[in-house]
Parts: sequence; structure tokens; C-alpha cells
Amino acid sequence: MPTTATFPSATAAFRGGVKSALTSAFFLVLAGTYIGMGALAHGFGLASWWLALSTVLVWAAPAQVILISSFGGGAPLIEVALAVSLSAVRLFPMVVALLPLLRTEGTRVRDLLLPTHFTSVSMWVESLRLLPGMPREHRISFSNGLSVGYMGTAATFGFVGYYLAAELPPVLAGALLFLTPMSFLMSTARNAKAMMDQLALVLGLALGTILTAADVKLDLLWTGIGGGTLAYFVHRLREAAE
Amino acid sequence: MNAIWTELFPYVALILVGYLPNEMWRAFGLVLARGLNEDSQIVVWSRAVATAILAGVIAKLIVFSGGALGGIPLGVRVGAAVCGFVAFLATKRSVFAGVLVGEGALLLGGWLVGL
Repeated sequence: MPTTATFPSATAAFRGGVKSALTSAFFLVLAGTYIGMGALAHGFGLASWWLALSTVLVWAAPAQVILISSFGGGAPLIEVALAVSLSAVRLFPMVVALLPLLRTEGTRVRDLLLPTHFTSVSMWVESLRLLPGMPREHRISFSNGLSVGYMGTAATFGFVGYYLAAELPPVLAGALLFLTPMSFLMSTARNAKAMMDQLALVLGLALGTILTAADVKLDLLWTGIGGGTLAYFVHRLREAAE
Repeated sequence: MNAIWTELFPYVALILVGYLPNEMWRAFGLVLARGLNEDSQIVVWSRAVATAILAGVIAKLIVFSGGALGGIPLGVRVGAAVCGFVAFLATKRSVFAGVLVGEGALLLGGWLVGL
């Protein structure tokens, strides 16, 4: 793997991460997604600072969408917690897949606490793309810089969407909300270069629709385990055939 | 006292039913990831499961939309998503182009059905 970036110090690596965040395609994607999120929070009568705090603490757009719409819509708290938790199951395998890229021999658990909290779609996709071409000792700093850049972008545009939503007609507000699934679809597809990831994406789209339509309980969990495992086994079979 | 509680309640709820149920999966990942490398079979499988769950969330947001997006017909939403994805593929996987075309198709479709 060719080295794409080297840094003189950890601070430089952190700054490199921030810069990478602010100049990547995800900057626009996050800006769009969180403008949509701001519109949603406004629609459900939540405060703009509440949204900003949820961005820092939850830092996962699907969980935030569910939290805003169900809590804001007055759903029972236990139902909100369960729905948020189900949407967040994907963070578990993401962390498991990411941390081996960040770790070196001397890495302490507390060095991994921030990257663990920062793990989300945007940071995960970009980390998996950029970190392999980088010396191991600077990966954590770079990844933290990347995350701080993304989180700052998200929080800022959450405010923008919140105040825009008050002014927009319903069709345009709907278009703002459409930004979230569209940006997620494209960014996941962009990262799915291996056949297994593409298959998992297609199976997840199909199963997610079918299981929700059939009103199956824990639909997201079954979508992930069913679609993901099937894609994994097809990948193993093809490897064995080669 | 009651007034303070009314002010604070959304923030307490944010911690209890937003932050904690979300963060616990990251914490599990941190505990389980010790001693694994990126080529471990469990890590490869985890990546497939994470991708499929994310795809499920995307499908739900497009097909079973709520709020102002739910006011736009299902056919328009799915058609716009397909248009966006075709544009994404046609532009050598440009996320920006895909989102832009998808949004344009959604607005055009909404206008055509008289919204």
C-alpha cells in the first residue's frame, strides 16, 4: 500500500484530519444531512441547542433522526430507547472493524475512547479509505481531527437547517429531509468496492423494506444479521472457489 | 421546581434514551475489538452486518418516510432515489452529483403531482 500522507507530529496529523474533513465530499453530505436534521428538530418543537448537544453526544444521524421524530412525537421513552439502540447496532461492527486499523503495540485503551465515541458513518468510511495509506503512529490523531472537523460541520449546519425550516414551504422541507437517506445511500455505495459490501448493501435495502412492510419486530437487527451474514457467506464461497 | 423540570426534561431524555442506548454499542465494540486485526473473519463479517443495517435504515427513510417527506408520494421518492443513484454511477461515483440529481428529481416529481 503506498503511503499517501506523512506528518511531522501528532498535532500536524490532527490538523491534517480536520483539513481532510473540511475538503472532502462528506463536508457537503454532512452539511446537507444536518440541514435536514435541523429542519426535523424544528418541526418537532425541540430547541436548537438540544439538537447541537445530541449531535455531540449521539453523533449518529440515523439514531438522531429516530430520537427527534419519536421523542419529539411523544412516543413512550422505552420505545424511543429501543428504536435508537436498534439503529445503533451497526456501530458495534464498525468499531470492531475500525480499531485494529488505529492500534499499535503501545496503544492504551484510553487512547481509543475518543475514536470509539467518534465512530459514525462519515468518519468510518473516510478512515477505512485513508488510514491504510498512513503511518500507524499518526492514525489516531488524524482520525480524531477528521471527526472533530465532521462534528463541527454537522453542529453548525444543524443550526442553519433549524432556522431555514421556519421559512420553507412543505415540499422544500421534504427535500431537506430527503438529504439524509440520499447522502447515506451514495456514501455507502461509494465505499462498497468489494463484492461482499455491495451485496450487503443490496440485501440490506431489500430486507429492510420487506421486514418493515411485514411489520416484523426488531426489523433492523434481522436485516443486518440476515443480509450481512448471507453476503459474508457468498464472499467466503467465492474465495474458496478461487 | 416544575418549571425547571420542564426545561430540563428533554436534556435528561437525550442522555437516557438517546446517548446511552446508542453509545453502548460503541462500548461493546471497544471491548470486543481488543486483540483482533482487520483481516479477522469476525471483523469482515461485522463489516457486512454494519453495511446491511445501514442499508436497512436508508430503505426505511425513503420507503416509510415521515414528516414533510412523507407528504411526497412513495413513487416520487423511490423514483428520485433511483435517478440519484444512476447519476452517481454515471459520474464515477460522485456522491455530490448523486444527491443533487436525486434532490432535483424529488422536487420535479413533487411539482408534477401538484404539490
